[in-house]
Amino acid sequence: MSDIIITTPVDKTTLRSLRAGDDVLLTGTIYTARDAAHERFTALINNNKKLPISLENQILFYCGPTPPPPNRCIGSAGPTTSSRMDKYTPNILQKTGLAAMIGKGNRSDDVIESIKQNGAVYFAAIGGAGALLSQCIKSAKTVCYEDLGAEAVYQFDVENFPLIVAIDTLGDNLYNKKRKLTDDVR
Amino acid sequence: MKIIQYSDIVSAVKKMCIDAAHILPDDVLTHIKAARDAETFPRAQSILDRIIENAGIAAGKHIPICQDTGVAVFFVKIGDRVKVEGGLIGDAINEGTRLGCTDGYLRESIVCDPIFDRKNTGGNTPAVIHVDLTGGDNLEITLLPKGGGCENMGGLAMLKPSDGLPGVMKFVKDTVINSGGNPCPPVMVGVGVGGTADAAGVIAKKALLRPAGVHHADEKYARLEADLLTEINASGAGPQGLGGMSTALWVSVEYLPCHIASLPVAVSINCHAARRAAIIL
Repeated sequence: MSDIIITTPVDKTTLRSLRAGDDVLLTGTIYTARDAAHERFTALINNNKKLPISLENQILFYCGPTPPPPNRCIGSAGPTTSSRMDKYTPNILQKTGLAAMIGKGNRSDDVIESIKQNGAVYFAAIGGAGALLSQCIKSAKTVCYEDLGAEAVYQFDVENFPLIVAIDTLGDNLYNKKRKLTDDVR
Repeated sequence: MKIIQYSDIVSAVKKMCIDAAHILPDDVLTHIKAARDAETFPRAQSILDRIIENAGIAAGKHIPICQDTGVAVFFVKIGDRVKVEGGLIGDAINEGTRLGCTDGYLRESIVCDPIFDRKNTGGNTPAVIHVDLTGGDNLEITLLPKGGGCENMGGLAMLKPSDGLPGVMKFVKDTVINSGGNPCPPVMVGVGVGGTADAAGVIAKKALLRPAGVHHADEKYARLEADLLTEINASGAGPQGLGGMSTALWVSVEYLPCHIASLPVAVSINCHAARRAAIIL
């Protein structure tokens, strides 16, 4: 399997061409957001207020990195468990034009339905490989919610960031396919 | 009486926190490599390759193995002939944890109140500290930095004695397999059977301190560990829950005597970044 190269901002046609199980290398800009940032985004959306960053055609990375030591732009930076964001995701996908999400682990049925409706994609990054993934981050800065510390929203400029398409625009889900795939191997 | 200085505990704990975040224990890395060699599914092979590469980058370039450098869980054995001078042992451990976090550029992952004020405490404190009072003149401190993603997937069941071995095995298997990719498999599984609800939870964590590859000394429990490992891996959940042969690297079980009415089972899951460090002062 060869890797599919994607650059941000991603358009809907590119997203529609991806299939669950594809290996992807992502280059461009992504934004981190965890539980606390999702809570704040949701409060703004529900009050018809503008978000501090536009999520239109953007990619959110569920990540709270370790702080950068001197002479590095970031510390360790891998994905956190995505299901904690499930409660917020359908609303955000519907209201902001968010294109894709990066995390680890399965998503709820509501999120999968919303991914289908909005033509979005959910990527899995390798959990527990934050040192490796940090090597693909070329620059990093906090863009909002600095008071949240590790939970602040960072902008990462990434190069060849390795991802797996976990849920595609058709709602096909790699996490649910796994048993069959494994049976094939056995 | 052996006199141990407060400041010596602080610096030892600080070093443990930083070392554990960067250096994967040999037994864990060996088991990940063995899982890679045994893996037949291409995606699982490539994930395990990247996990092995990650451990090399972490140690070589001094970048934490995982951004979740964990809640600092300590197991402390205090000999009856040990006296600490200059402050309390618990304060020294928390001070070392805080310095390890700030000076080691680890993540501050603790909030002060779980419900009413989820404000970060800064410095990743307080640590969770379990104490055993023992004989001798050693102060033994073991650190298990526990990531939130895998900790969230643990569980406790207060089974009926009639549920017996099948009930215990079902609960452990369901807990691990149903957690899918959330706890970052291939995982280390710690099981605590017996005692009370609280004691079972503590020995499940203690089970995670036993190196991968080392079975329980009691043959019956060693067999249980081997059977659980085989059955968990037969699920096909695989690395990251994306399919494969290696869902767990190892299963360790610890037990305690318990009440005639009880059969508590606690499961503590550790991610593949199964970090730990220990020191004897």
